[in-house]
Amino acid sequence: MNFGFTEEQELLRQQVRKFLDDRAPLETVRQLLETPAGYSAELWREIAALGWLGLAIPERYGGAGLTWVDIIVVLEETGRRLFPSPLMSTVLAGAAIGRFGSEALKQRYLPGLADGTRIGTLALLDASGALGPVGVTVRGALDGGGLRITGTKRFVIDPTAATLFVVAARTGDAPGDARGGAPGTGSRDVPDGASGGEADDLALAVVEAGSAGVTATALPVLDQTKRMGSLALADVRIAPEAILCRGRAAADALRTLQSLGAIAVTAEATGAAEEAHRLTVTYAKERVQFGKPIGRYQGVKHPLAEMYVDIESFKSLLYYAAWVADEDPPALDRAASHAKAYTSEAFARIGIDGVQLHGAVGYTDEFDIQLYLKRAKWVRAAFGDADFHYDRIAALGGL
Amino acid sequence: MDFNLSPEEEAFRTEVRRFLDEHLPRDRKRGGDFLDDWLRKVRERRWVGFGWPQEYGGGGASIMKQAILKEEMTKRKAPPLGTCMMGLQWVGPAIIQYGTEAQKRRFLPDILDSKYQWCTGYSEPGSGSDLASLQCKAVRDGDVYVVNGQKIWTSLAMWAKWMILLVRTMPAAENKHDGITCLLVEMASPGIEVRPIKSMAGSAIFAEVFFDNVRVPVENRLGEENDGWRVTVSALAHERSGIAEVTGLVRTLDDIKALAKRSTKNGRPALADPAVRRRIARAETRIEAMRLNGLRFLTRQLKGEPLSSETSVNKLHRAALEIELGELALELQGAAGMYMHGADEAVDGGKWQHLALSWPEVVIGGGTPNIQRNIIAERILGLPKD
Repeated sequence: MNFGFTEEQELLRQQVRKFLDDRAPLETVRQLLETPAGYSAELWREIAALGWLGLAIPERYGGAGLTWVDIIVVLEETGRRLFPSPLMSTVLAGAAIGRFGSEALKQRYLPGLADGTRIGTLALLDASGALGPVGVTVRGALDGGGLRITGTKRFVIDPTAATLFVVAARTGDAPGDARGGAPGTGSRDVPDGASGGEADDLALAVVEAGSAGVTATALPVLDQTKRMGSLALADVRIAPEAILCRGRAAADALRTLQSLGAIAVTAEATGAAEEAHRLTVTYAKERVQFGKPIGRYQGVKHPLAEMYVDIESFKSLLYYAAWVADEDPPALDRAASHAKAYTSEAFARIGIDGVQLHGAVGYTDEFDIQLYLKRAKWVRAAFGDADFHYDRIAALGGL
Repeated sequence: MDFNLSPEEEAFRTEVRRFLDEHLPRDRKRGGDFLDDWLRKVRERRWVGFGWPQEYGGGGASIMKQAILKEEMTKRKAPPLGTCMMGLQWVGPAIIQYGTEAQKRRFLPDILDSKYQWCTGYSEPGSGSDLASLQCKAVRDGDVYVVNGQKIWTSLAMWAKWMILLVRTMPAAENKHDGITCLLVEMASPGIEVRPIKSMAGSAIFAEVFFDNVRVPVENRLGEENDGWRVTVSALAHERSGIAEVTGLVRTLDDIKALAKRSTKNGRPALADPAVRRRIARAETRIEAMRLNGLRFLTRQLKGEPLSSETSVNKLHRAALEIELGELALELQGAAGMYMHGADEAVDGGKWQHLALSWPEVVIGGGTPNIQRNIIAERILGLPKD
């Protein structure tokens, strides 16, 4: 039993911290937010060279062959500094292809995702924003062994940075003829629409940016450090070999990717929440009112203690979920939901209390705490809000 | 990161499970001599005081094995490993750390053999959260200390044979933490009067204890004179990562899930209400956080790092959960939640009412939630003291 990080993982954390301190302090982040791309291509090449993108990609495809625990070490630190880049999206696209792709797809895409020459993202959601198979309404038509898809994927993270998308669509074929298991028997009868025949005509496929009919659009966002937008697909042709999986296998893959996404978001949220807390504690020690530092008053001190309790707790839930992602796959959904549900709720409160405890200056653009409040609002909705995950926990717990 | 057990630990878990299969019948027929037999059997295996040094009758077991034993026992709702709860939890460890050889020989075997109860004389009417301000005083008179004053909230005082007592021996100490001494006092000593206090749950498990010129032999002092605060603090630190508490909470939540499945709310199944489902899921998540926090603390202990204020994190979770689970259980019962045991309509014989009324034992005892928040804010976050 060892619930701690290895020496290598601690070194990795130090490396990421040092790099971000040196190369991407918050002044730099604020400058990047003013640019159309929202991130630095130069810094992207540098973090690729440091190996952060391919941590969990197998060595034979150019990665480091490590685990999700290593990934979250990096994401905690990028979250702490609100480092804007398509890192998380690329890691998730790599996980999709690495876990569910054919050998040919892995050889084609993983080396580029590991060395940063490709930028990937997930395009799983449609207009309703609902997670799981139930939310996938964009339809494709079978075309030989491949697909033709027309429709708009929504709420895509890093849409204009990405050069490849992992897309979910319905195929419109009869249940049961897809590879991946018997039809109509939801293996995981949970409220994200996994049960029954709803999942049977699902497909996950890789779509490259620049293909005919593919248009990515960035939209105005609340948290400028996370670019979001739409991916319009106009009769886009998907070759048979670009399909990752279909049918029930696709439904399971979708759920796994959304659980991994929840873990990734939670990892960045953990670092961000810790920094929001640190900023607020520091302010409470320095700000003097009624002749004393405000941190001496229990009305200030107790919320800060509660934040600490929450952060330590969602750290524990996160680290365990990351370990489970590689070591105990059947437990993944529940562990990811525990982590994401707790974090979504607690970080939302930390953002609000953090701003409030800063008093009026917390409301200014100049103070950094507001950037973390905005991140908390992105975190709340990304890959399922607290209610979604609590509902899933209830269902997985036999209720 | 690795949540797996070593082969030796895994073998030990199997051994415990086998023992439980054999000696803890599932049909729960525990009458007659069951408890005496049980205590003898676990004592033979040295599972009582499992982490204590072997030379004093303990098991000398690793922290990990202690955790495994606790977890398996709690999972199976096994009886306690001994009936001398405070002796096992903090009096014994304090004696092991600070006691004289004679004290160790005299007291430790009796604690392990569940011979009698200990009680703990810390709180006073004027010294609750601010424990170090205690005023009960002892004056040295040759070979004895003469104790005068009052203690309160002393659990089990009416049944205990011995008390671990904190007294002030140096009234003029500049720092209130100095000048406190720890004494081991026989409850039958002349001059001690015990008055039980009835709790809101209807039972009397704690008492006021009055000391009127009680004479305590100097040989019954634990640790050095005026060093009692350190003795106490390190003894309380033996309340560890809280693994057994988590298993107990998981069990309670399982019972609540079962209760929810057979409950209705406004004529509809209670579990058709998303608010009910989410409340249960939220409690489950908090318990899971507690379990994993406990494992992180345990890892630090295994690496030899001392635990200090971090355990306040789980104490706050536990306080919130003890209250929330009692509330949830009563709310699931609707109108029937108003009855107590004895009423036909009382659900499950009224056991949930007891849960909903007895949380202060856990939530207030050992430091209120606000004290835990102060501890975190001041000792971990470095915020200025009040």
